[in-house]
Amino acid sequence: MEALKEVDANEAYENDLPADVALDCRAHQIFYSDFLAVRDSHVPIKRNQITGFIGPSGCGKSTVLKSINRMNDLIRGFRFVGDVHFHGINIYDKNIDPVSVRRNIGMVFQQPNPFSMSIFDNVAFGLRLNRYKGNMHEKVEKALRSAALWKEVKDKLKNNGLSLSGGQQQRLCIARAIATEPRVLLMDEPCSALDPIATRQIEELMVELKKQFTVAIVTHNMQQAVRVADQTAFFAVDISKGGRTGYLVEMGPTKEVFENPQEELTKEYLHGEFS
Amino acid sequence: MSQTGLQLPQLERQPMEPRALKSIILSAITIACAITACIPLFSVLILLIYRGGKRLTLELFYTLPPGAFDAHGVGGFGNAILGTAFMVGIAGLISIPFGILAAVYLAELDPHSKISETARFCAKTMTGLPSIIAGVFAYAVVVLVMGHYSSWAGGIALSLLMIPTVMLTAEEAIKMVPNPMREAAYGMGCTPAQSLVKVILPVAMPGIITGVVLAVARAAGETAPLLFTALFSESWLSPNNPTASLAVLIYNWSSSPYENLIELAWAASLILVVLVFVLNIISRSMGGKTKL
Repeated sequence: MEALKEVDANEAYENDLPADVALDCRAHQIFYSDFLAVRDSHVPIKRNQITGFIGPSGCGKSTVLKSINRMNDLIRGFRFVGDVHFHGINIYDKNIDPVSVRRNIGMVFQQPNPFSMSIFDNVAFGLRLNRYKGNMHEKVEKALRSAALWKEVKDKLKNNGLSLSGGQQQRLCIARAIATEPRVLLMDEPCSALDPIATRQIEELMVELKKQFTVAIVTHNMQQAVRVADQTAFFAVDISKGGRTGYLVEMGPTKEVFENPQEELTKEYLHGEFS
Repeated sequence: MSQTGLQLPQLERQPMEPRALKSIILSAITIACAITACIPLFSVLILLIYRGGKRLTLELFYTLPPGAFDAHGVGGFGNAILGTAFMVGIAGLISIPFGILAAVYLAELDPHSKISETARFCAKTMTGLPSIIAGVFAYAVVVLVMGHYSSWAGGIALSLLMIPTVMLTAEEAIKMVPNPMREAAYGMGCTPAQSLVKVILPVAMPGIITGVVLAVARAAGETAPLLFTALFSESWLSPNNPTASLAVLIYNWSSSPYENLIELAWAASLILVVLVFVLNIISRSMGGKTKL
């Protein structure tokens, strides 16, 4: 009975979903065992735009991001109350296979983590997982070009991916993630382990990528959010009930959030009054 | 301190000062102990080369043991070398897949479950199992059931000693694979089995092989488990019958009254120690190959 009601609610909601929203994450509550990590965070992610998640440490921005492609399922005790709407499907439905979700929603991590195999094999990895039968070389080249790495590695595709520099490794990871042409690309602080030059390259790349993909990025660097994000979601930590629970304070076009924040908390954070 | 003005601090080395002297003496003692630790291995090697080296010919590898009345310098132990290789091979065929699959469960699938905790505890206890117990166990379970000594029983007894080593080192090697690798695999949409086969095991492989080689080296030199199971034989390998092995050969012949057999026992010891030595070197060089 309850399940039926929920389905109805979802359908009603689905009809209201604006056309420009690629993915709608409604995290009512996210638990790690008994610990309530995130509450009341409704984050619509718009198609072909970059959505930036900002906020102080421990505000749950990474948790929300990783919930979107069910990466958190790997953590013991993780429980997600809410739904994530993606092409008319709630990816937290019982009959959804998290592995298929991750094949459609790519992810780039904080630490560059290429596999210990050749550059070519790294990029071809996802294609092979999906049993891609076409011209592998063409697809790999296209992904490497999109990741602005082709020129640097075209003569050493057989070298191990780990032999590249940190910034190149991260672009390799981006190439690997976009080779299968996922609908949405999630990036969890993709520049935090990189130097300023590599960071700038990745940022330029993101702006290019949004033409093809929908991008969501967690960043602790507010300037980065201003530079790349079209939409910004500001999260904060609520310590009022004894715990440390993150929640969404406000969300909107980046310019508005930064220049004319609606919430007092956002204003204080942007002025560096707490971190 | 009575002078006025700047006084330079004392910076030169003063080896005779008590503090410095104590430090020098202690360092000397530790160096002496470290050197002493190498003496047993090298003295064993030197002794074996000295006593066994003179009988070390190619003939040893392809001839059968001499009869009691054969002339001095005749005979070899090809059957024992073959027997050791065969039984260690059986033990490897049992313990390597078994140990690695168990390690995958312990390290990757459910590290904190009751089954894992129990299995890990059992394996750790088993590493301290006196090898003679493995022999007695295989005697009771295999020899008594089959009704005769055989190389199968010997292989099973050796596998009992190899499984915990393979399992624990493989678990450790799999755990050493950095978590970002796992995340990358799952993030790309790998099923648990795919992430294991395509990403985790290849990275862990050098460590796993190290464990396997060490286990093989240990099994090759074990005597007690084979005394009750494979016994010994003067003829060529016949798996269903008692089977010769280098370790048991050394045990049997070294107490023999015949000079010929005693010399052969020395040569067999040399071959066994060199084998263990080489396996250890291989495992070391594999361990250094972790591609990260």
